[in-house]
Amino acid sequence: MYRYVIRRTGLMFVMLVILSIVTFLLFNAVPTDPAALTCGKSCSPAIIEANRIKLGLDQPLYMQYIEWIRGIFFGRTYGSGSQTFECSKPCLGYSFRNGTEVTELITNALPVTFFLAIGAFTLWMTAGIASGIYAAKKRGQWQDRAIMGVTLVGYSLPVFFVGLLLLIFVVVRWNLLPYPDYVSPTKDIVGFLQTMILPWIALAILYAAYYTRLTRTQMLETLGEDFIRTARAKGLPERVVVRKHAFRAGLTPIVTSAGLDLAGLLGGAVITEYIFSLPGLGRVAIGAVTEYDLPTITAVTLVAAVFVIIANLVVDLLYMAIDPRVRL
Amino acid sequence: MTVLNNLDADASLVAQPAIIGRSLRQIAWLRLRHDKVAMVSLAVLLFIILIAAFGPLISKLIGVDPYDFNSDLISDNGGLPNGKWGGVSLAHPLGVEPLTGRDILARLLYGSRISLLIAGSATIITVVIGTIVGIVAGNSRGKLDSFLSRFMDVTIAFPLLLVIIAMSPVLEQRIQALGVPAGNPSRVTTVILVLSVFGWPYLARIVRGQVLSLREREFIEAAISIGSNNRRIIFKELLPNLWAPILVYTTILMPALIGAEATLAYLGISVLPPTPTWGSMLEESVGYFTVDPFYFFVPLTMLLAAVLSFNLLGDALRDALDPKSGRT
Repeated sequence: MYRYVIRRTGLMFVMLVILSIVTFLLFNAVPTDPAALTCGKSCSPAIIEANRIKLGLDQPLYMQYIEWIRGIFFGRTYGSGSQTFECSKPCLGYSFRNGTEVTELITNALPVTFFLAIGAFTLWMTAGIASGIYAAKKRGQWQDRAIMGVTLVGYSLPVFFVGLLLLIFVVVRWNLLPYPDYVSPTKDIVGFLQTMILPWIALAILYAAYYTRLTRTQMLETLGEDFIRTARAKGLPERVVVRKHAFRAGLTPIVTSAGLDLAGLLGGAVITEYIFSLPGLGRVAIGAVTEYDLPTITAVTLVAAVFVIIANLVVDLLYMAIDPRVRL
Repeated sequence: MTVLNNLDADASLVAQPAIIGRSLRQIAWLRLRHDKVAMVSLAVLLFIILIAAFGPLISKLIGVDPYDFNSDLISDNGGLPNGKWGGVSLAHPLGVEPLTGRDILARLLYGSRISLLIAGSATIITVVIGTIVGIVAGNSRGKLDSFLSRFMDVTIAFPLLLVIIAMSPVLEQRIQALGVPAGNPSRVTTVILVLSVFGWPYLARIVRGQVLSLREREFIEAAISIGSNNRRIIFKELLPNLWAPILVYTTILMPALIGAEATLAYLGISVLPPTPTWGSMLEESVGYFTVDPFYFFVPLTMLLAAVLSFNLLGDALRDALDPKSGRT
């Protein structure tokens, strides 16, 4: 088992290296000149050349990549002589458009995205699993049909639509909540909750629909197994049969999806953050794309992808904990 | 002779309730025909495809145009359509837009064309690439398989929406350099390409998994033992067994891509205005939800009808093609 964990972790690092190379090439081997993007439209060729040397963009591409990776682990110094600029580790680059280190942009945005993802995750997992189990228990009855109908509409709606509708109704029309304006939970917990509740619900509606269907399918499959009949035959209460035997046995695909979805959200819920003007990773990304801020786009993509790769590993390792039949 | 004749007579007696050999395809089609939901979905989809195909013709017959401004039909202050129901009249059966007075029916018909063109083309490209790579990976043992699998892992790890948003401008430049005219032709090509380039690994994984289990089966061994070449095994032995999962995935992919196009339209990176799509119409109308709800319900109904029908058809297909469910 330990050998499996070590091998799997090793593979993850290989994936990370490949991922960083692909990300770097995707955004830096572009037809546009990255140095020309460092200053505005009224920009002299002299400044562009100076910035090119300052940022190390005059180096060949593979050297730029090595410098970039070195910066992440050891920090790096831009420029030379009197005009040096220190970027401490982990240095993901320097955003000329914002005049800050990319690392700072990301560390400022990460908590927002983190709170958004965790809150929505808790909501949709609770709602999705509960209604999925309920629908499976009432299979074929009107409750089951009603839940399945609602979830079908739920996951048929475009992502931006639910959020916009919530915003228009709850905030603009009914004035139930103030217009979303993010504050840190340590500063103003009430304001934080008032801002986050709608994005949480908007995200949770979409995901809960999927998890309800997934849970229901899994439950229907395991409820038909022989060991469920055995559990019932030995007189276990139905509650225990459903929770400890049926649900537990069908948990694996739910955990797989949950891990990857959560990781995907940690990389920035672009649409939801955009609608509710939350200053998270998704907003940073959109801003960087519209301003063509290459170092920031590269960094956000890398961070988001790293979350997914790590989640892949965690999910794989969780299999062993969930399903004792998995022998590795 | 007499003996043989007797045998024939006997056979005709025994075979009274004719047992017809049915292929899996016939069984699936039979089940689907008995499924009312599936048939209704299919009818709705055919209707939508027909009105999209003949959109310009229908608009001409009714005498409406998607780009004509009708300032006489909207009020002078506020720009809302005159009359009830968002300006519904004989000349404009679904009313006119606020501010511009453009005919909504005509815009809906033209919008359906672009939405279906983008989602349909992206679906076809995704399915073709996904199937080919999936079969190649599953059918080849060793290095090629593990290379392709890692490649899929890396592609899936990327934050889809983020990369699509970031890559679109770069890709559009490249496509224009290839000679595709700027504006909507290059925009539509870009959207189709980004959606399919990052969409195929999901299907390829499913196909690869299927091939992995199929290639260990006896009929493949039999095919190899009679000296079939690789091409015959892939096209005559593997593909017929793969079309069920591929078909089901296609019906799920199509609505997902319709929604994805709508989301891209919301972020402003799909087609350029004034060309309509379902997504851009929905995005424009959402702001008028409280004052001109009819304007908003039209694209929403269309989008939901298409997406729901595809999803319902996908569910029905999965049931119909499942060999485990009881044969009729």
